[in-house]
Amino acid sequence: MALSDALRAEFEELCTHYPERRAGLIPALHRCQDENGGWLTPEILEDLADFFGLAPVDVYGVASFYPMFRLRPVGEHVISVCHNISCALRGAEALLEHICERTGARPGLDGTSPDGRFTVLRVECQGACANAPMVEVHGEYHEDLDPAKVDRLLAELQSGAPARGAR
Amino acid sequence: MEAATRNPATLDSVILTIDGRQVSVPAGTDILTAAKSAGIDIPHLCYDPRVEAIGACRMCSVKVEGARGLVAACGQSVAPGMQVITEDEELARRRKHVLELFLSEHCATCSGCDKSGACRLQDYAYRYQADPHRFGVYRPRYDGDNYTTLNKGILYDADKCIRCGLCVKYCETVQMAEALTFTWRADRMVVSTPGDDDLNDTSCELCGGCIRVCPTSAMLDKRAFHAGRNSDLQRVRTTCSYCGVGCQMDLMVDRQRNRIVRVTAEPGSPINDGNLCVKGHFGFEFVSSPERLTQPLIRRNGALEPATWDEALALIGSRMQEIRKQHGPDGLAFISSARCTNEENYLVQKIARAVVGTHNVDNCATSCHAPTVAGLAESFGSGAMTNSTTEIRDCKVLFLIGANPTEAHPIFGLEMKRALRRGAKLIVCDPRETWMAKHADIHIQHRSGSDNMLLNAMMRHIIDEGLADRNFIESRCEDYEAFAENLKGYTVEAAAECCGVDAELIRAAARMYAEGEPSAIYYTLGITEHACGTDNVKNVANLAMLCGQIGKWASGVNPLRGQNNVQGACDMGAMPAKLPGYQRWSDAEVRARFEAVWDAPMPQTEGLKIPMMIAAAGAELRALYVMGQDIVATEPNQAEVIERLKSLDFLVCQEIFLTETAKLAHVVLPSTTFAEKDGTFTCSERRVQLVRKAVEPPGEAKADWEILCLVAEALGKPMPYRDPAEIYDELASLSPMFAGISHRRIAEHGGLQWPCPSDDHAGTRFLHEGRFTRGKGRFHAIRHQPPREEPTPEFPLILSTGRTLYNYNCGSMSRKSAVISQKESANFVEIHRDTAARYGIADDEKIVVRTARGRVTARAAVGERVRPDTIWMPFHFAEESANVLTNDVFDPVTATAEYKCCAAEIEKLPAAGTERLGSKSHAAHATR
Repeated sequence: MALSDALRAEFEELCTHYPERRAGLIPALHRCQDENGGWLTPEILEDLADFFGLAPVDVYGVASFYPMFRLRPVGEHVISVCHNISCALRGAEALLEHICERTGARPGLDGTSPDGRFTVLRVECQGACANAPMVEVHGEYHEDLDPAKVDRLLAELQSGAPARGAR
Repeated sequence: MEAATRNPATLDSVILTIDGRQVSVPAGTDILTAAKSAGIDIPHLCYDPRVEAIGACRMCSVKVEGARGLVAACGQSVAPGMQVITEDEELARRRKHVLELFLSEHCATCSGCDKSGACRLQDYAYRYQADPHRFGVYRPRYDGDNYTTLNKGILYDADKCIRCGLCVKYCETVQMAEALTFTWRADRMVVSTPGDDDLNDTSCELCGGCIRVCPTSAMLDKRAFHAGRNSDLQRVRTTCSYCGVGCQMDLMVDRQRNRIVRVTAEPGSPINDGNLCVKGHFGFEFVSSPERLTQPLIRRNGALEPATWDEALALIGSRMQEIRKQHGPDGLAFISSARCTNEENYLVQKIARAVVGTHNVDNCATSCHAPTVAGLAESFGSGAMTNSTTEIRDCKVLFLIGANPTEAHPIFGLEMKRALRRGAKLIVCDPRETWMAKHADIHIQHRSGSDNMLLNAMMRHIIDEGLADRNFIESRCEDYEAFAENLKGYTVEAAAECCGVDAELIRAAARMYAEGEPSAIYYTLGITEHACGTDNVKNVANLAMLCGQIGKWASGVNPLRGQNNVQGACDMGAMPAKLPGYQRWSDAEVRARFEAVWDAPMPQTEGLKIPMMIAAAGAELRALYVMGQDIVATEPNQAEVIERLKSLDFLVCQEIFLTETAKLAHVVLPSTTFAEKDGTFTCSERRVQLVRKAVEPPGEAKADWEILCLVAEALGKPMPYRDPAEIYDELASLSPMFAGISHRRIAEHGGLQWPCPSDDHAGTRFLHEGRFTRGKGRFHAIRHQPPREEPTPEFPLILSTGRTLYNYNCGSMSRKSAVISQKESANFVEIHRDTAARYGIADDEKIVVRTARGRVTARAAVGERVRPDTIWMPFHFAEESANVLTNDVFDPVTATAEYKCCAAEIEKLPAAGTERLGSKSHAAHATR
């Protein structure tokens, strides 16, 4: 059973906030992903289908539709690098290259570094254009970046210190 | 929008104008369908009449006066006075643009495409002169594996997919298999399965619906890949030769190679509405199997050796005549075939009666639905489905007992799914947790063999609660008092105890059935294959009469027949007691009529049913002629059957394969499949439909009707029929219930449902309206009788047998399909999780199943489909046959064997306890 009793209880309560039980699926996917080190296993998806009374195929359709759900193992830290217009104009591509070199991870099907510490993703606009270029790590925005700031951020992540968002 | 099947005149109609023409359609019809009814074809890619409108392709956009912008014709209902324009310059320009967008994501390689000539995208691109390169040249980008890479039947090519969603929607809402979805999004979006799993590891039922609905070539028959474009192939409309549903299908034939390349079906076809199951879509490979018999065989020095037709026929003629001279006509017997045509069944019984002079003729109905024929004849006066397939969708309460339609009769299952979508309630009484049981409002998982306990308790509760239809009972039925008196001995509590179910469920089911408006009963071999089969059937009839749930639209008693033409084999009199059209040979008027046409005296001694033939073999019975039935594989207690057949003086088999029975024969005659001859089949709903020749038979094989004519000649009485139509005319002239049916009229009407007494009669949709065939419906007092063999300390479990979706009967046809073999290739035994734990048996482990009659090994499918006191096996696998185990005790009326319950024990294989075999899909299938 991939779904703990605690999570089941939490989701039961969650469902009471929606007119339809299935509406709780997306928040539940987020919670499961957080609990499971940043990605969703096939077993979790099956259990959620069972929990919400949906066909497994429906849960897979939803989970694969949204890029914030990850269906493959990820590194300890997932760095989402925006490559949309504002960030691109402000050097996002060079920044991405720099991050890849430093972490050893490269966006693609398996964007995780060999040591399993970092996953680097190329993502669409995160709504922080005024402070481009930016990356998102553990839900925190890091903006107005340059290679030096990125190096400090990576060092913080390496040391295990909570990397707080910064401009 | 799905139109009701009820008389359209009773629905409100709406008048609107489409392209300047007045059109009148039922309220609720969508614009696209309304236009189609007026002969106006609005372009569409993602629309299918069976699927709720998707509205994704925008090809069907039309102009509606007063509407803002364009309207998708597939999703908009008509309104009175609506003015619609379906085609003008602006619409054409927009459609061209939409097509160009589609083509920018479609790898248009029409010159090398299977679908060329039958592709709507190609047709519309031509019609609107869309430029495939307007947005650049599409380069293939999906070269990796996908969910169909390993599958032998279905091929998904994402480079051809236009993401219309029709396959996903069909899978979800029509087949209700829920195997497919769109995954990812935007330009990465493709069709896939959960986790991109291999198709055979998902809930896919291999119905082939995704292939049939795909408007392009994204979904293809893998085995037909590059084997001919539709435009190269000839389309032959025929009737499926698997179960008794009677689906209409189109064989796509390569005449030059003499091959069926693929099978398809069109929406709107009678009975199946273009739907097929895995056997219909993929199960045709047996026709061109290299294992087909291609020349006659004669046993010489103990071995079967090739011979000429002349030699084989001469030997049959001389041996059978000798035996007849020595032992009398009743020393010979004939087994006819529920897989052969009506015409062929008619000839077999005619040869038996008019040439040899014996009523020793029977067909496989004895093994399955003979209790239906006998029981319903006693209760109502005729033994067949009372209602039609298309009425199922209008039923409000479906009562299924001992029936597993989604597997044994998949298209009936599909119609029931349609009824469920339309809000019908569902009661399932079945010892197994079938698909229908899982989706039921009430599932009564009663112990195998306790049906009459259950039915009696339900009926007593119905009477006690005042839910019986007094008016119907008084005006339409007889013998009610004795029946009601008998029920006093059956309380709901006692039944709950005996059946092993909750008493409240029995009460709820009784009320739900009685109150349905209307309710209908559907049953199959779970009712008939018991030593009390005929009693079971009569009790099912009692229930319907008690509640007045019969003789109405969508309401009655419906036995779902097992084989493609088992209804016809019975109709044709291929059974000892009845002549064609269920006429009694003891009736002087009937006898005289047949004697005059047949120019032979009617034999006067009772004939033998199949189990009695087997019992008498080598004793009173010296010769047996078997057409198209593998009795060794299908009769109970196999070892005994083989012994008996070996003791015959002469055994002839007319077969397409060297079956287990044919291996014992003295002469084997190579015959033909349904695809190699003309004739008719009669399906479960009493509809007589045409079977059309599509390919030439292999080698020297001949059509069964031709063989029978030659055999009659060899026996000294030539039957020079020109064609099957002439044979049908003769039998119609002898049987009032078929008098109005002929090959010509069947073709005109798309099938005719008997009774059809005259040339101007349109056939009968449902039976017993206003009056039962026998006059009054007759109640029977039925006592519960326990199964003949109950669990003992030595054999503590109940063994039940049945069918799976993927295979069919003895497997001689279905198992030739590579697609089916990939999914289900070996025998298995379903065991409840708790039982397996008690025996220390793991899922997928090979184990031994024993009964007092024998033992077989099979793979354990551990799950929760069966009760903990029960195990279940299919009977499709001749090499580990379930019928080695089954009990050869029989219903006293019809000699139907008790296949559905006997006492058994399971045990681990010594030493090789961890051996595993078969594919993962068995386990998935069993535990789902």
